[in-house]
Amino acid sequence: MTASDFSTVLPEFLLSIFAMAALLVGVWFGKDKLASTLLWATCAVMLVLAAWIGLGGSGTHQAFGGLFIDDAFARFAKVLVLIAAALILAMSADYMERRGLLRFEFPILITLSVVGMMMMVSAGNLMSLYMGLELQSLALYIVAALRRDSEKSSEAGLKYFVLGALSSGILLYGASLTYGFAGTTQFAGIIEVVKAGQLPMGLLFGMVFLIAGLAFKVSAVPFHMWTPDVYEGSPTPVTAFFSTAPKVAAMALIARLMFDAFGQVPGEWGQVIGLLAGLSMIWGSFAAISQRNIKRLMAYSSITHMGFALLGLTAGTVFGVQAMLTYMAIYVTMNVGVFAFILSMERDGQPVTDIKSLNLYASREPTKALAMMILLFSLAGVPPMLGFFAKYAVLTAAIQGGYIWLALLGVLTSVVAAFYYIRIIYFMYFGKEVEPLDHRMPAVQWGLLVASALVTVFGVFNLFGIEGAAQAAAAALVN
Amino acid sequence: MQHLLSIVIFIPAVAALILALVQRGGNEAADRNAKWLALTATAVTFLVSLFLLAGFEPANTDYQFVEHYQWIMGLQYRVGIDGLSILFVLLTTFMMPLVILASWDVKKRVKEYMIAFLLLETLMIGTFVTLDLVLFYLFYEACLIPMFLIIGIWGGKQRVYAAFKFFLYTFFGSVFMLVAIIYIYYHTGTTDMPNLLSDKFPYTPLHVLGVTIPGGVQTLLWLGFFISFAVKMPLWPVHTWLPAAHVQAPTAGSIVLAAVLLKLADYGFLRFSLPMFPVGNMVVGPWAMWLAVIAIIYTSLVALVQDDMKKVIAYSSVAHMAFVLLGIFSGTQQGIEGGIMMVVAHGFVSGALFLCVGVIYDRMHTREIAAFGGLAKRMPAYALIFMFFTMANVGLPGTANFVGEFLILVGTFQVNTWAAMLATTGVILSAAYALWLYRRVVFGDLIKESLRSITDLSTREKWIFAPMVAMTLILGIYPDLVTNIIGPSVTNLVENYHEALPDNLLSDLVEH
Repeated sequence: MTASDFSTVLPEFLLSIFAMAALLVGVWFGKDKLASTLLWATCAVMLVLAAWIGLGGSGTHQAFGGLFIDDAFARFAKVLVLIAAALILAMSADYMERRGLLRFEFPILITLSVVGMMMMVSAGNLMSLYMGLELQSLALYIVAALRRDSEKSSEAGLKYFVLGALSSGILLYGASLTYGFAGTTQFAGIIEVVKAGQLPMGLLFGMVFLIAGLAFKVSAVPFHMWTPDVYEGSPTPVTAFFSTAPKVAAMALIARLMFDAFGQVPGEWGQVIGLLAGLSMIWGSFAAISQRNIKRLMAYSSITHMGFALLGLTAGTVFGVQAMLTYMAIYVTMNVGVFAFILSMERDGQPVTDIKSLNLYASREPTKALAMMILLFSLAGVPPMLGFFAKYAVLTAAIQGGYIWLALLGVLTSVVAAFYYIRIIYFMYFGKEVEPLDHRMPAVQWGLLVASALVTVFGVFNLFGIEGAAQAAAAALVN
Repeated sequence: MQHLLSIVIFIPAVAALILALVQRGGNEAADRNAKWLALTATAVTFLVSLFLLAGFEPANTDYQFVEHYQWIMGLQYRVGIDGLSILFVLLTTFMMPLVILASWDVKKRVKEYMIAFLLLETLMIGTFVTLDLVLFYLFYEACLIPMFLIIGIWGGKQRVYAAFKFFLYTFFGSVFMLVAIIYIYYHTGTTDMPNLLSDKFPYTPLHVLGVTIPGGVQTLLWLGFFISFAVKMPLWPVHTWLPAAHVQAPTAGSIVLAAVLLKLADYGFLRFSLPMFPVGNMVVGPWAMWLAVIAIIYTSLVALVQDDMKKVIAYSSVAHMAFVLLGIFSGTQQGIEGGIMMVVAHGFVSGALFLCVGVIYDRMHTREIAAFGGLAKRMPAYALIFMFFTMANVGLPGTANFVGEFLILVGTFQVNTWAAMLATTGVILSAAYALWLYRRVVFGDLIKESLRSITDLSTREKWIFAPMVAMTLILGIYPDLVTNIIGPSVTNLVENYHEALPDNLLSDLVEH
C-alpha cells in the first residue's frame, strides 16, 4: 500500500477504525450503558466525514491498482449515504432506547454497513464491488433481525438473508461469466473488451446477471419480493435506514458498473434497466393501493421511486446520471422526514403502523400534519414541491434518451401512486374521529420532520446547490 | 414598476405565509383577524392588478411587464402578460375578495381556510402570467393541492369521494401535458413560450404501429395538452368530476372553481393549442368541436333532470365551457373574442349563481330544489338578484353572456355551420333548465313550513352581489371594454394561426 493509496481510502479507513474501536470500547465498558453515547458519537463522526469528503475532496484518484476509485461521483454518493445514515441514527435513538433495542452493536453495525456502501460506490473492480456489497449486506441482515424476541423481526432478517444470499449468488455467477469472457475483473479492462467490438454473448449474460443481483439491492421489480416483508418486520429505524442509504449506494453502484464496465453503449443495458424501471413503477404503484400498514406502503413507495431513479439511468447520458443523483438526494430528504414521522406514530407508547390511526390527525397536530402533507405531496410528485423536480429531471432524461414510452408509463403510474399518498392526507385531514395517537415526539424527530418539509418547499429556489455537485459527479462518471 | 407582475402574483402568498406563521388560530378574535387579513390581501391584490390594466397597452401585442430570471435545472422564472391573459388575471383578482366575503360565515378552521384560498389565488394568477412552459405546469398543477383540501376539509357529506375524484382526474389529465412539455424541451431546447411560438413543430405524418397519424408530432403534442385541458375544462365525456366537486365543495370553493379554475383550461387553449400547434389543431380541432357540441346538448339535457340546485348550475357550467371551446377552436376573430368574453361573463355569472345557492343553503342547509318554492314572497331582493343572473346565464341581450354567446356562434358558423346550428339548441335548452329551476325555487306558493321564517339577503351578501351585477351589465351594454383590450392580441393570434397553416395542408397530410 503506497501513501497515495492510503490517502485515497482514508475516510473509509478511519470509519472502519472507528467501528472497531467502538466495538472494543463497547465490550470493555459494560456493553449497552454506552450505547446512547456511542450512537451520538457515530452520528457526529459520519457528519464530520461527510463534510470532509464533500468539501475537501477533488479530482479523481485510484487506489490499489484501480480496485478503488475516488471521484466526484463516488464523493457525491458517499456524502449522501453518510448524511442519510447519520440522520436516521439520530432520529432512532429515542425509539430504540424505549424499546430496549439500543444495544451498542446497533450503531456499530450501521457504521460497518456504511463502510460497505462507501466501498460499493468507489468500486473499480468486480472484487471490490462484491466485497463492499457483502460488508453492507451482512450488517443489514443483522440489524433487520435486531428485535430478537419478535417473530416478525426475525422473519424479516432471515428472509432478507436468504434472498440476499440468493441474489449474491446470482451476482457472483454474473461476475464469473464476465470474468470468463472479458478476462479481467477490472472495470477498465471489461470496457476495453466491450469497446473492441462485438459483445460476446457470455459477457452479455454476465451483465444481465450482475444487474439482476444489484436490482435486488435497490428492490427493483421483479427482485423486490423481500422489500415489503423486511420493511414491515424490521424495527422502524432500521426500515428507515433500509429505505435511504443502501438504496443510494446500490443505485450508485449500478451506475458505476454500467458506465465504467459496460460503457456508453446504452443500447446494450439501457433496455434491461428500462424494463426494471418500468416494472418497478407499475408494480410499486399498484401494489401499494391495498396497503394499510404504513411501513409496507413505504416499501412499495420506495420500489416506485427506485423505478423512477432507474429511469434516469436508462437514458445513459450525463444528464441521466445527474437526474438520478438529484432524484436520490431528494428522495432521501423526503424519506428522512416521512420516517421521522412514522417513528413518532405511537399510541400509549406502542408503535402503530395502521394508516387509519392517522384519522383527523391534523386537527390535533397541525404542524406535524402539515409537514407530513407537504412531504406526501412531494413524494407524489405534485408541484411545486421538490419531488416534482426530481421526477421532472428523470423524465427529461428518459425522453432525451428516446424512451418516451417509459416516460409516459412513469407519469401514468405517478397518478396511481398519487392515490395512496393522498389517501394518507385524506385520513389526516378529512377522516373520522378515532382514538388519538400520542402527542409525544422527541425533538430530534420533530426537527427532522419539519426540516425535511421545509427543504422540500424552499429547495425549489435553488435546490440548495446540489445541482452543480450532481452535474460534476455525473460528468466524472460518464466520460 | 419593474416587478409589478410578481407583486400581484405573490401578495396573496405572502399574506398566507403571515397567516401561517404569525396568526394563532382557535379563538374568535383570531378567526376574525384571519378573515380581515385575507380580505385585505385579496383587495390589495385587486387594486394593484388595476395598475396592470392602467399600464397595459392594448395595441402592443408583445408581452408586457416581462420579468425574467434564471432558475434551477435550466428552467426560468419568466412572467409577462398580453391581451390574451390580462383579463384572466383581472377576473381572478376581482373574484377573490368576493370569494373571501362569501365565506365570511365559515366556522371550521378559519385560518387554514383562508391560507388555502390565498395560496390558490397566487397559483391561479401565476398560471395566467407565466411565460415558461414548466413554470406554467407547476402553477397549473399546484392549484390542485389547495382545491383538494378545500373540497376535502370544508366540503359536504360526500366530500372525500369528490375530492379524490377531482384530484385524480385532473392529475391524470395533466401528466400527459407534462410529457408533451418535456418533449418540447427536448426537441427545441427551450421552455420559453414566446420563443416556442416562432418555432414550428414538424407536421409530417408519423407512422406508429401501422397507424398513420396526420399532422405527426404536432397532433400528438396538441393531444397531450388537450387531454389535460379537456379534463380541467371539463369537456364531455371527462366532465363527471365537476358536478361531484361542485356539489360537495363549500360555496366559496364552488365559486372559485367555476369562476376561475375552469378558465385555466380555456386559457391553455388560447395560449398553446392554437398558436403552438396550428396543424395539430387543424387535424383534431374539428373533432374537439363536435365533442363540445355533444357536451352542450347532453349536459343541458342532464341539467334539466337534476334535483340538486348546485348540480344544475354545475352542468350549465360544463355547457358554457363547451361554448368557449367552440369559439376558440373556430380560429376566427369573433369566435375567440366571444370565447374570452364568455370566460369573463361566465366568471361573474356562475360565481354569482353558486353564491345564490349558497345563500339559501346557509339558511336552510339543503340544496334540494324540492325543498324550496315561493321564496319571492319572503326574499324579494334575493329573487331579483337570482332572476338577474338566471337571465344572464341564459344569455339575455344586455348581459355580457349574450355578447359572448353571440360572438361564439358567429365565429363557429363561419367554420362549421352544423356545429353552430346544433350548439344554438343549447341556448334554448339553457333557457329551459335555468328558468324552470328559477320557477321551482322562487315562484309558486310558499307552502313549506320551514321557509316561513327565511330571511332576505343581508347587507354583506348584497355587497358581494353588487359588483358582479354591475360588471355583467356594463360588459353586456358596452362590450368594447373587453374587446378593445383583447382585440389586437386576438387579431395577432388569428393571423399567425392562419399563416402557420400551410397552403396545401390537406394534400400534405394525406400524402408522404
